[in-house]
Amino acid sequence: MSAAAPQPLANMGAPEPRMDGRAKVTGEARYPSDMPVSNPAFAFLVTSAIAKGRINAIDQMRARAVPGVLDIFTHENTGDLKEIKFASGGAGASTSIQQLGPEVFHDGQIIAMVVADTFEAAREAAYALKVDYAEAPAAPSFDSPGVETEDVTQLHDSAKDIPSVGDVEAALAGADVVVDAQYGTPTQHHNPIELFTTTCVWNGDRLTVHEPSQFMYGLKNNVARKLDVGPEQVRTISHFVGGAFGSKAQLTPRTGLVAFAARKLHRPVKLVATRDQGFTIATYRAETRHRIRLGARRDGKLVGYEHEGFEITSRPDKYFVAGVEDAARLYAYGAVKTKVNIVHADRNTPGFMRSPPVVPYIYAIETAMDELAAKLGMDPVEFRRVNDTTTDPISGKPYSSRSLMQCYDQAAAAFRWMARDPHPGSMRDGDWLIGWGCATAVYPTHFGSATARVRLLANGDVRVQTAAHDLGTGAYTVIGQMAAERLGVPFSAVKTELGDSELPPASVAGGSNTTASCCSAVMKACHAIRAKLFHAAATANEGPLAGQQISGLTLRDGKVAAEGAEEPLAETFKRLGVGAIEEYAESAPPGAPADAIASLYAGKPTLSGGAHGKKLMYAFGAEFVEVRVHKDTCEIRVPRAVGAFAGGRIMNTRTAHSQLMGGMIWGISSALHEATEIDPVRARYVNDNLADYLVPVNADVQAVDVILVPEVDPDVNPAGVKGLGELGNVGTAAAVSNAVYHATGRRIRQLPIRLEKLL
Amino acid sequence: MRPFIYTRANSPSFAVQTFPSGSAGPDVESPGQYLAGGTNLIDLMKIDVLRPQHVIDINALASSPLGIISTNAQELRLGALVHMADAADHPEINRAVPVIAQSLRLAASQQLRNMASLGGNVLQRTRCPYYRDVSYSQCNKRRPGSGCAALDGFNRMHAVLGTSDQCIATYPGDFAQALIALDAQVELQGANGTRAISVGALHRRPGDRPDLETTLAPGEMITAFVIKPAPWMRRSLYLKIRDRGSYEFALASAAVAMDLEDGRVREARIALGGVATVPWRAQAAEALLRDQLFSEANAQAAADAAFAGARTREHNAFKVELGKRTLKRALTEVAAMEA
Repeated sequence: MSAAAPQPLANMGAPEPRMDGRAKVTGEARYPSDMPVSNPAFAFLVTSAIAKGRINAIDQMRARAVPGVLDIFTHENTGDLKEIKFASGGAGASTSIQQLGPEVFHDGQIIAMVVADTFEAAREAAYALKVDYAEAPAAPSFDSPGVETEDVTQLHDSAKDIPSVGDVEAALAGADVVVDAQYGTPTQHHNPIELFTTTCVWNGDRLTVHEPSQFMYGLKNNVARKLDVGPEQVRTISHFVGGAFGSKAQLTPRTGLVAFAARKLHRPVKLVATRDQGFTIATYRAETRHRIRLGARRDGKLVGYEHEGFEITSRPDKYFVAGVEDAARLYAYGAVKTKVNIVHADRNTPGFMRSPPVVPYIYAIETAMDELAAKLGMDPVEFRRVNDTTTDPISGKPYSSRSLMQCYDQAAAAFRWMARDPHPGSMRDGDWLIGWGCATAVYPTHFGSATARVRLLANGDVRVQTAAHDLGTGAYTVIGQMAAERLGVPFSAVKTELGDSELPPASVAGGSNTTASCCSAVMKACHAIRAKLFHAAATANEGPLAGQQISGLTLRDGKVAAEGAEEPLAETFKRLGVGAIEEYAESAPPGAPADAIASLYAGKPTLSGGAHGKKLMYAFGAEFVEVRVHKDTCEIRVPRAVGAFAGGRIMNTRTAHSQLMGGMIWGISSALHEATEIDPVRARYVNDNLADYLVPVNADVQAVDVILVPEVDPDVNPAGVKGLGELGNVGTAAAVSNAVYHATGRRIRQLPIRLEKLL
Repeated sequence: MRPFIYTRANSPSFAVQTFPSGSAGPDVESPGQYLAGGTNLIDLMKIDVLRPQHVIDINALASSPLGIISTNAQELRLGALVHMADAADHPEINRAVPVIAQSLRLAASQQLRNMASLGGNVLQRTRCPYYRDVSYSQCNKRRPGSGCAALDGFNRMHAVLGTSDQCIATYPGDFAQALIALDAQVELQGANGTRAISVGALHRRPGDRPDLETTLAPGEMITAFVIKPAPWMRRSLYLKIRDRGSYEFALASAAVAMDLEDGRVREARIALGGVATVPWRAQAAEALLRDQLFSEANAQAAADAAFAGARTREHNAFKVELGKRTLKRALTEVAAMEA
């Protein structure tokens, strides 16, 4: 077994290679914009060059004269498109700005779309459109004149439960040591390598949409509403997604526009938006600010925690993530008081981005924890051990499972943390200052409504169908593994089909719920198949299993088996007189409304977990990072990182390892590289391309070790799975920041940590 | 796409004769552009920044002296169409002039270095985002007289040396710094024949004409770079400080070469990158080191002198301190080299 495919420990599945791996590396995998359609026309978007104001006129003369141009769509000829609002499933509610004008709400708003016979003609015509704007002063971010701040608890009844318990003022007044600090995180964009694409094909009154999506049924239903057609008229297909990270979870304005154009032109229309357009036609991670007050007694016991967050959003939308909900559950804090504000600026609406609530909020609290440990003179790991808890500090509810300190102990041992000299600036290698830091990773465990259809043939071949999404995560593989395991066939006998709204619906691929939700639905369908086979085998008049207790039967190696007796599947199928058994199953979380599955068909997922059930459900990890900072020029490098994570049942150690390692690398990126820069005067994104929006390259990523810590949690969902997709990148930025402090004695409280902050 | 004429040249003289007459220079309506590796030109054409009417592909000239590296006792000659990767990997260049090899190896990515030519590299356009995005109406380099959005915009990456009130765009390359530190000559061929000038005279500071980036005559083509051997070439290096480990432009860089005998600096050569509007020779700093014993204090004094004329903006003030530290570190490291 290689490091990339760790030997499974207790409660872990085999590191099966990705079912779709070969197709992807050989280029056979067809992403949505690769799907062959007949005689497509090509669209090119025109986006606004101002952040706020009004379009006076669009001069189309030169553009329409470009040979091959078929039509140009603006706010003047797209009025039939419905303005829709859609609840976003997770934190908060979100709409996106959907009108093409004449009002301009943000930089890069779609204001027109050119459709032509070729991509090149559409692009040339798009460049030739002359837009006359009446520009108004725009407020890009915090501190800009004209932004408006709202307390989220005042927004609506369903606003997030903002945790509070006890008297924080009194607790902090009585604390021996208090940290009072402010932290900030920047705007970030998902930048999946697969661009935002949409291809729409009408066949009579039926529409097929090829678009990379994290929610096939959400896209299907919302496109139908946007075009005012029935959902049964719309099919959405997205067999492969080239990265999404939350950016492809919601309907965005381009989809309705492309469908509208295809209907008007009686011709398929294909749009591949450019990289820079992706910064403004989809969502992003909002910049945040935090003020934290954290107090402890001299012995390290926390007594009070206050956390106020500020998040940027657009003018019309009230999007927020409010990660205090999770941060407030992390330790035995004593008294807790939290508050979340949104700050309306002249920006596009932010949205989900990998681990939306916890990335900024856990960065802040985990840095504050390190600051307090330093003030107390305590080892940061021991400080967390002293304040570990098995119950919710807010409600007193128990955790379903919590292996935080096991993660710390295993990661610390692998990192050789015990060799750390705690004094900042004390460790050196020539001209390089060395720093070691650590932080907690945490992510709420979500379980969502899902359905699946499983077919077992007499020859042992299995087909699994669910309209779930493989964003590169391994969903095809782990969903197939669950069927192989429950039906007792080799993994190679299973074929998984995903990414098509003709398949039974699955939840949105958000909140790291796919493995838990889909595997639970597949399990249920497999159990129905097993029940039929067991009944047939056990109630037969003859045969090796006749008269066996059904509870003693199982499926293994292509056979129905009991203790000491078995018969091939084909025999059991003969007894049933069928060639295949196909079962459809629905799975919904406990406490879900009775119509949860009907809602799922209508594009509304139901997710439970985190802080909301009878028990707290969270996955934990611990991350350790070494940084090296040059003593003169202050470049920051990360030679090694170690993370240990516990996620309940691990379906596949290879895909789990890959998710967590990729997450840690993204965390390093958040700490040191990534930020979308915004022009302070023009309120426009400046570095809207992959050359200037920095993410780590291979030279920035050296040793990254992932440890999977065995954990069993039967409470979280039938599959026993805690989602891992959004765990690895939480806490990393704090670990890096804490390591930079240890290396230099400088506490940088604004991400990313660029070298000029250390000069 | 925007139509243009494409011609493949099979000789330098054909190329320069084919180059369309009329106003030249880098402005958007430039009548002609030579195409070598295409790693910069094609990008800028796709994003509508450069709109040549005529593209003359000179890659076929790589089989002429333009594609050859030659070294002998009299000179190191680098053809303009030599790929960056080939020069970076050349054993004799690595041995005899490390600053050349390092400046190339620390630029771009391996894939780009495999494509990009040396001649094109020294003419690489700025990465100023306001230049590269035509939706910004203000850019004096792209649209003369329209203003400069970088002055009050996001200018962390912008220059602090050689700026004007019209333009603060940073020269993005690395190799040209090594060339000017070594007093390299650049050989040119134009409609009226050939000439050679110092590489240091190739780039123009923005002044009040940021659209004019070089002193090349219309249609004039770089054919070679020539470096004469000098006692400071072996003791030379390129130090590049940037936001990530590879594939990123410099926040500050220094090309340094030194002739050191018994701790005394007989000659020092310094060029700076990432901080200036053109490849920046720091002669005042060189003068402070020359004929002195090398010391930390002298290196600091040289670094201070190099940035004496710096002019900063809202987000790039750090480049003065970073640039000084980069130069001081480079000088310290080059003085410690075995040469």
